[in-house]
Parts: sequence; structure tokens; C-alpha cells
Amino acid sequence: MIERWVQQASSFAGDVDGLVLLVTVLVGFWFIAAEIMFFWLIFRFRKREGVATQYLSGKEKHVKNWVNIPHYLVLVCDVFIIIAAVQVWVKIKQTLPPADATIRVVGQQWAWTFTQPGPDGLLDTADDIRTSDDLHVEVDKTYHFKLEATDVLHSFSVPVFRLKQDSVPGRTITGWFKPTKAGDFDIQCAEICGIGHGIMAARLHVETAEQHQEWMAQNSPIAEAEAAVSDSTTSE
Amino acid sequence: MAHHTHAADHGAAHGAHHDQPWFIKYFWSTDHKMIAFQYLWTGMLMGLVGAFTAYVFRMQLAFPGQPVPGWGVVSPGEYNSLITTHGSIMVFWVAMPVLIAAFGNFLIPLMCGVDDMVFPRLNRLSYQIFLLSAIIIVATLFVDGGAFGGAWTAYPPLSADARFSLTPAGSTMWVIAVALEFVAFLMGGINFIVTAMNSRAPGMKALDVPIVVWTIVIASLLFMASVGPLFAGAVMLLFDQTLGTGFYNPGKGGDPILWQHLFWFFGHPEVYVVLLPAMGIVAEIMAVFARKKLFGYKTILYTIIATAVLSFFVWAHHQFIAGIDPRMANVFTVTTLLISIPIAEMCFLYIATLYGGSIRLATPMLWALSFIATFLLGGVTGIFLGASGADVYFHDTYFVVAHFHYTFFPIAIIGTFAGFTFWFPKMFGRMLDERLGKIHFWGTIIPFNFIFIPLFFTGAAGDHRRIYNYMNFPDQATPELQALRITATVALLVMLAFQAVFFFNIFKTFRSGKKAEKNPWDSNTLEWTADSPPPHGNWAELPTVSRGPYEYGVPGRAKDYWPQNEKA
Repeated sequence: MIERWVQQASSFAGDVDGLVLLVTVLVGFWFIAAEIMFFWLIFRFRKREGVATQYLSGKEKHVKNWVNIPHYLVLVCDVFIIIAAVQVWVKIKQTLPPADATIRVVGQQWAWTFTQPGPDGLLDTADDIRTSDDLHVEVDKTYHFKLEATDVLHSFSVPVFRLKQDSVPGRTITGWFKPTKAGDFDIQCAEICGIGHGIMAARLHVETAEQHQEWMAQNSPIAEAEAAVSDSTTSE
Repeated sequence: MAHHTHAADHGAAHGAHHDQPWFIKYFWSTDHKMIAFQYLWTGMLMGLVGAFTAYVFRMQLAFPGQPVPGWGVVSPGEYNSLITTHGSIMVFWVAMPVLIAAFGNFLIPLMCGVDDMVFPRLNRLSYQIFLLSAIIIVATLFVDGGAFGGAWTAYPPLSADARFSLTPAGSTMWVIAVALEFVAFLMGGINFIVTAMNSRAPGMKALDVPIVVWTIVIASLLFMASVGPLFAGAVMLLFDQTLGTGFYNPGKGGDPILWQHLFWFFGHPEVYVVLLPAMGIVAEIMAVFARKKLFGYKTILYTIIATAVLSFFVWAHHQFIAGIDPRMANVFTVTTLLISIPIAEMCFLYIATLYGGSIRLATPMLWALSFIATFLLGGVTGIFLGASGADVYFHDTYFVVAHFHYTFFPIAIIGTFAGFTFWFPKMFGRMLDERLGKIHFWGTIIPFNFIFIPLFFTGAAGDHRRIYNYMNFPDQATPELQALRITATVALLVMLAFQAVFFFNIFKTFRSGKKAEKNPWDSNTLEWTADSPPPHGNWAELPTVSRGPYEYGVPGRAKDYWPQNEKA
């Protein structure tokens, strides 16, 4: 469904799309069945001369079951959807697989700032790399993100990851993603945040290990200071 | 002078209103029908304001940066103000005044067979406060800095601090207008509940009350029970804006998420506050034009009550990804999916009512049937959003916009047209033109689908909400998506153009329409036993009730209907 328009680029994108497909099939069936029944009844019982209406209160067994049985079946469908929805939710939002790297994402009016560890692999050290409106990550690595906001609510939204999380001033919200596909994609702000909300776009660059090393080498503040980088100092 | 004294002393006295000066007649009348009409026309006028805002921002989305005829180039700040004003007006100043206040005021005394509301003066005050709130919200469009632009949900800190919103006057006036509107509807709601509970025609038992009266009463109870927390929230928001308190400011020990809980604790029941009266209107019309007893009156009543109760336990499905404890999302997924049970049951019962009927497709029935046909899509698409795992993707996309317009448009627009065309003969004593009515119907319902079906797709394709120009987002700036946006806008233009037919029909009917009889649709309920239009006091002699409201096609009777007041 969604992958028709938006590529799947994270480890859980397929789970979300699978859930959406399940919901589409189940509710699609009920929607189409109800509409067919509805229009058929309108046609079948249109006003005709000499045909009287039937006096039914809704207590008659033979007609009542036409409502009762679908009603129980809807309940069964609901249970399936709940189970599937909770499973996907728990995977994305309630579990935190071990991280290969941790980044900080800060929303402010009207830009995203990304801080990621430099060659030492640790956040909040001197070799951190800070970028604005560009996030470079490595494919097939698990990232934790620490999401913050400095002024108003924003929402860190990456459609190709099927990931969305509001950022709230005064809080640090931890989440995760694992990119699975190299390429350049949109990062959105999905919570209205003032007059610049419509320009609060950032780009996500999912890179191969080599590309990422190269990018890191070019941007590391330590590297710039030392003017030279040896291969052995770079982190995984 | 004598008139003044007379009117002031006997505001509720019947039969003497014809010699009142116009100011007293229109601004101090306590007649429930006059107040109903004022709510109706004010609501429709506000609907035009809401439609205009939609026209401007849809034009901007289809043709970004081009000057919009009647407005000019839309700046990002103006865009935010327009969408905020559109949402606020359509919910608080169109759906509520028309569906609850106008139909509630008109129908409850007439359907219960009494001469007026229990508290007529409170009723009058309710409209006056409502009018004041409407004037304030429209005025925000013209103040310095423009109208509030923080969306109709008004999440702080954006809404709480002028440094962030850049609309100091607009945001404060927005809060005041909304709070006043709540006050007006509390007063109206008390009236509806007390009148329907305590003041009914002799013989009218609780289960003889037409469903639409039940829905308005239960909607009013729902409103009263849910609005308190938000009213407190609104006062705190006002203090944050004007006094520099920090209820929603984490820097001062507050919490922005608090507002979201208060807002949606009200905001979700509010959906049912407007849905229920619309479903009530549809039930009345379907019974009359299918010539059928409602299928399972009691079950419908129970599903209404079940929906109302459940609606208090679903609010945080608006906040799955807002930063609440993620475990909470599981609880709210369950409650949200559960509310589909009574709603589905209600839809099934309505559809079953058609079985064995003799269906006449007059204009009111077309509207009522189209309510069911379109609301079904709004209902089922809600499941995608209630399923937490899928909402991670769909939250705040155009899928949400399309979903709730498939609920709110049937409610606020289709429900209104259904009720308006059905009760128009009673309200104004003339028959609307059927041919024009049908042209207006098809000219509204077809473009409506062409507006919002494309938006399901743009939402699924990742269009996020409240963006004034998607060209800033490379993945969204595709010709395919832009074609869908243009389709929606063109369909909106067509739909708006067809509303001229509606207003022309009213104009023509008032000038030269056929006079309506007392009971043009052969209905059972009590309002059709009064004159068209009913005089002040409604009946010379108040009716008594012998049976339920839906005795159509009773075997062994010559007529296929059996009015509630007819003696057995």
C-alpha cells in the first residue's frame, strides 16, 4: 500500500506496511459489504405502487440475525487488528534494541539540528559532528536517537522509516531506527510549529559504510584540527 | 413605550409578539423557534466564512505562490491563520450551533409537544453569548498579527507564547472566543436536557421520544461532562498568554502535554457531540421516507449511550506519538477499536431499517442516505488511526484530514442539509423546490468525494498536515501528488459553486414557494401536528401522545402512518 508511494528504508517499515495491509483488507471487506447491502436495499425496496411496507420492530429473529452476526464478526476483526497493532507498536516504540550509535536530534523554530558521535563513537565528546537539516547515517546500523525541542513542539518524521515522534521542550525522548536502504530521503516536521513549519524540511542521507566513513572524515572537528586522519582512528 | 413595557414584562407571553418593535422581537425574543433560526442562520453564515478560508488555502496548495482571487498571495503566516480559523469555525461555530442549538431548539419543544423551553431566558442569553463569540473569532482575521495560527488544537507552547506564535492578539482572542462559545453551549445544553426530561406531552414516555431528541440530549450531557477540564485548560492557557504563568511551560515547571490531555478529553467526546444529533436527524428522515419503523429503537438508543460512555476513554489516541508513556497507547488502541462496535451496530441498524420499506428518494432522504454512505468510509478509515502501530505513520498526515472530513462533512454539512430540507416546510411554511434541491444535492455530494478521496492518497504518500507549500519537500514535490492536490481544489471550487443553487432555492421559495401543509411528508412525530410554521406557543391546544414515533406501515390500517397524537 504505502510502499507504492514511499519506499521502505527501515527495519520496521515492512511491519507498519503489513499492518496497514491487514487493516485495509479487514475494514475494506466490511466497507464494501455494507455499501453493497445498503445500495441493494435502496434499490430493492424502492417505492412501488401497490406494494406495502413490512412492519418490523427489529425483534424478529430472521431479520435480527442480519445485524447480530455481522456485529460479532466485526468484534472478531477488531481483536485481530488490536493484536497486530500492538505488536507493531511494541516493536517500534516499546523496545530498544542495542545501539551501534546514538545521535541527538533537536527541533527548534525552524530547523533540525543533528549531533552524532565522531570517530570515538561517543556522544557529547569533543569530536561530535553537528549538522543542521542534514542527517547522515550508515545503512544496517541500529541508531538510538535522543529527541529534544528548544522552543515549541515539533515532530521528527521520516516517512521512509515509517517513524514519527513528537519532540517536547523540557524532555528527552529516546527512540530507535535501523536504516536498511541507502539513498536520500525527506525528514519532516509533522507538528505545527509556527510560521516556518512549512519550510522545516531536512534531508536524510543513508550511506554505505565507506561513504559514511568518508563523510565523517570530512566533517570531524578533530580531523580538521589534526589536519590528517589515519584509518586506524576511525570507529566502526 | 407601551410596547416596550409589555415586551419587557412578558417576554415569554404568547400571542403578543406581533406588535413588538423589531429590536425586541429579534434580540430579546425568548421563543425557542426564533432562537433556533438565529442559531441556524448564524451557523450558516459562519459556514460561508469557513468555506472561504478553505477556498483560499486550497488554492494556495494547488497553485503555490499564485495570488488567490479575493485574497492575494498567501504568506506562510496567513496560511496557518486560515487553516486554524477554518477548523475552529467549522467545529465550534458551524457544526455545534446548527446541529445542536438550531435543531435542538426547534425540535425539542415541538417533538415533545410543549410550548417552549423550560428556561427561555437562559436560552436567549445562550444565543447572545454565542453571537459575541462568533464576532470575536471573525474579528481575529483583522487584528494586528492576524488570526491565531497554531491549529484548532492550539497546542502549547506555540499557542501559549506570542514570541513563538507571532499572533499576540489573535491567540488570546481565539481562547476567549472558544471559552465564550463553551459558556453558550452549556446554557443551551441545560435547557435541552431539562426540557426533554421534564417537559413532555402527557402520555409521552421515555421510549416514545423521537431518536433525534435523545441524541441531542445525550450529546448535551456529553458536552457538559467533558467541557469542564478544557475550560480549566483554556483559563490556564489564557493566563500563560497574558500573565506569564507557566502551566504549559516546562521552563517554569509546567507541561505542554497537559493541554493535549485536557483538549482531547473534551475533543474526542466533542466528535460524538456533533455526530449524535446528525445521526438522530438521519434516523428521523430514514423512518419517514422508507415508511418504516426504526429497526431496533431501543438498541439504537443503547448504542448511542454506549458510544457516549466509551468516548470518554479514547482521547489519547490523538497522542500516541506525542510523548506519552508508550505503554498507554496499547490501552487506548483497545478502547478506540471497541468504540467501533456500537458505531458499527448503529450503522447496521440504520441500513436494516431500509429492509422491507417503500423508499422515496425525496431530497431530504437523498441527504440522509448519503450520510450513511459517506460516513461509513469515515468510520472505517478511523481504524487505521486507532491502530497504534499504523498511526506511527499516518499521524498528522492528510490521511487524518481525509478521514475526519469523511466524518465531519457528513455530520456538519450533509446532516445539516438533511435536517434543513426535511424541516424547512415546518420552519418556514413553504415547500422547497425539489428539482433545485436535487441539483444541489448531486452538485455537493459528487465533488465532496473528489475533494477528499485524493487526500487519502496524498496522506498515504506522506503529505504531512499544515504545510503551505509542498515544493519545499523534495519527496512530496512530485507531479503525481500535485495532480491529486489540484483535483481536490478543483472539486472544492465546483462544490462551492453549487451552494449558490441552495441559496437560490431558499430565496425562490421564500418569494414564491408552494405553501406547506401541516404534514407534507406524512410523518408521525408531534411537530407535524402544529401549523406550518408553528405560531408562538406552538399549538392552541397542546397535544397528547398515544404511541411511539415510528409506527409506519402498521398492518390493518388504511393509512401507512399513525401520528403519535392520534387517539387509538
